[in-house]
Amino acid sequence: MIIPANHTALSVKDLAIGYKNTPVVSKLNFNVKQGKLMGIVGVNGIGKSTLLRTVAQIQPQLSGSIQIQGKALETLNAKTLAATVSIVLTDTIASKNLTVMEIVALGRQPYTNWIGTLSKTDTQKVAAVIQRLELSDLKYKKCYQLSDGQMQRVMIARALAQDTPLMLLDEPTTHLDLYHKVKILKLLKTIATETNTSILFTSHEIEMVLQICDTMLLLDGKNNTYGQPDQLIKQHAFDHLFPADTLAFDASTGTFRIKN
Amino acid sequence: MKKQSTYQIAFVFLLVALFICFFLSISLGSVAIPFSDTFNSFFGGEMTNTSWQYILWNYRIPKALTAILVGSGLALSGLLMQTLFRNPLAGPFVLGISSGASLGAAIFIMGTSVFSGFAMYQFAHHMSMAIAASMGSFGVLLIVMSVAIKVKDTMTLLIIGLMFGSITAAVVSVLSYFTTAEKLKQYIYWSFGSLGNLSGGQLIILAGICCLGILLSIVSIKGLNALLLGENYAKSLGVNLKKLRYFVIIATGLLAGSITAFAGPIAFIGLAVPHLTRQIFDTTDHKILIPAVLVCGAILMLLCDTVAQLPQSANVLPINAITSIIGAPVVIWLLVRRKRMLF
Repeated sequence: MIIPANHTALSVKDLAIGYKNTPVVSKLNFNVKQGKLMGIVGVNGIGKSTLLRTVAQIQPQLSGSIQIQGKALETLNAKTLAATVSIVLTDTIASKNLTVMEIVALGRQPYTNWIGTLSKTDTQKVAAVIQRLELSDLKYKKCYQLSDGQMQRVMIARALAQDTPLMLLDEPTTHLDLYHKVKILKLLKTIATETNTSILFTSHEIEMVLQICDTMLLLDGKNNTYGQPDQLIKQHAFDHLFPADTLAFDASTGTFRIKN
Repeated sequence: MKKQSTYQIAFVFLLVALFICFFLSISLGSVAIPFSDTFNSFFGGEMTNTSWQYILWNYRIPKALTAILVGSGLALSGLLMQTLFRNPLAGPFVLGISSGASLGAAIFIMGTSVFSGFAMYQFAHHMSMAIAASMGSFGVLLIVMSVAIKVKDTMTLLIIGLMFGSITAAVVSVLSYFTTAEKLKQYIYWSFGSLGNLSGGQLIILAGICCLGILLSIVSIKGLNALLLGENYAKSLGVNLKKLRYFVIIATGLLAGSITAFAGPIAFIGLAVPHLTRQIFDTTDHKILIPAVLVCGAILMLLCDTVAQLPQSANVLPINAITSIIGAPVVIWLLVRRKRMLF
């Protein structure tokens, strides 16, 4: 899909999310431009994953609207939705016997025929994605042979092979060491810019998100501030994220300091 | 992808093996018929011994065909269950589908005095038997499935399936206690499993139902492959989960239900064959796995049947015991050798 850059990809208005009329978060408002990287941060249990799951339509929204390229998300049929939004969840994949190649190829399902035969285009896309994410050496490795970091890249590759204008990732950096965390985040940034994909991800690495994202959503249950990282710092949005007697935010460096 | 040609070679080998097993099965038995005569007769020639001709066409060939249907059908339903529940230990027997069929059969055989309405259908005894057993297996499957929606943990689900097995066994015990000795014997013989009791007409019905089950599975191939990633991922790939679940449940119910109805409960084929197949075909793609388990299931069942015949002896062992004796060590061997059970 060719979408001009700087075009608003995702527009969320007055969104309330949660389970069966008990909203977890409400009054969410944000716009994400095409090809931009957006980080969602907040304390545990605040509703970051719920937000992603709602945008992915895994669970229904309670009220408000989610529009993608001007179309309401809930009006899209299953196949169009699958060609519009791809996801990387924290769920471990069910069959550990799948090879890297097979997982990435499954990303082409929205475009394949009734029995799932890969066309020439599909095979090319899969090969290109594997090349891009440096998975060529792991192509025929089984899932159970991969490290956490490799597995995460494979799942991102699968989402990329799905070829959607919007990609959602739930805590893609959890369980990874510092080097691999940075590697994944940089990879997301590159994908967003080079393939013009809008990427939303949740993370606990606030300091890294501040450095790498185009925009950020700070879920705190009250203001749910959204904007560019430097704007959020100026608005003192992070100052009260954690109890003041434990952690203090240093606006000049964009880091948290442990209070003694 | 890279192994497309090796798969084709494996299929050729398996089909040859199936062919050999088929002839082995119809040649051996209480009366040994020379291979050359079997071969001749099968391809339209005359046999030197007319009683051989009779045994072959009226008894052994229908039985071998039943073995093929039973083995293929159970193996396929095992594969479907393992993918649907994403659990390598799932199978028609473990999740209580077969015990559901047993319950249906038990109620039909031993409860006819209680539910006298069924007795009206005695003229089509085996047909209504099949319907009763199928209804039993569908009932248990639907209950397990409705629990599956609430319980996300597959181990819990497996235990629930086993509990349903216990409940149905208990109900069968109660029925057995109150029934007549003759009907109890009829039920016990049914529970030994038998491949040789089907008439030509019943064989055609079983084949028809199995074909329907296979057809539903083929239609579900794409969804089943997506399901290997997990339900949420499958949904995000545009799979209609509700429809897929229904298709797979109906396919399993038709296959396992009708087979158990006609041939009795046959253990371990459904659980062991998909794992054995994965040893030969190193893939998770159901496009390859479905035909592969069908052929492997048929081969294993024919072998079990040949063993159960006790060649050169007039005795026949219960087929259900043979499949367990062969199937359980296979599962243990896989666990010990691979140290993990993957699907």
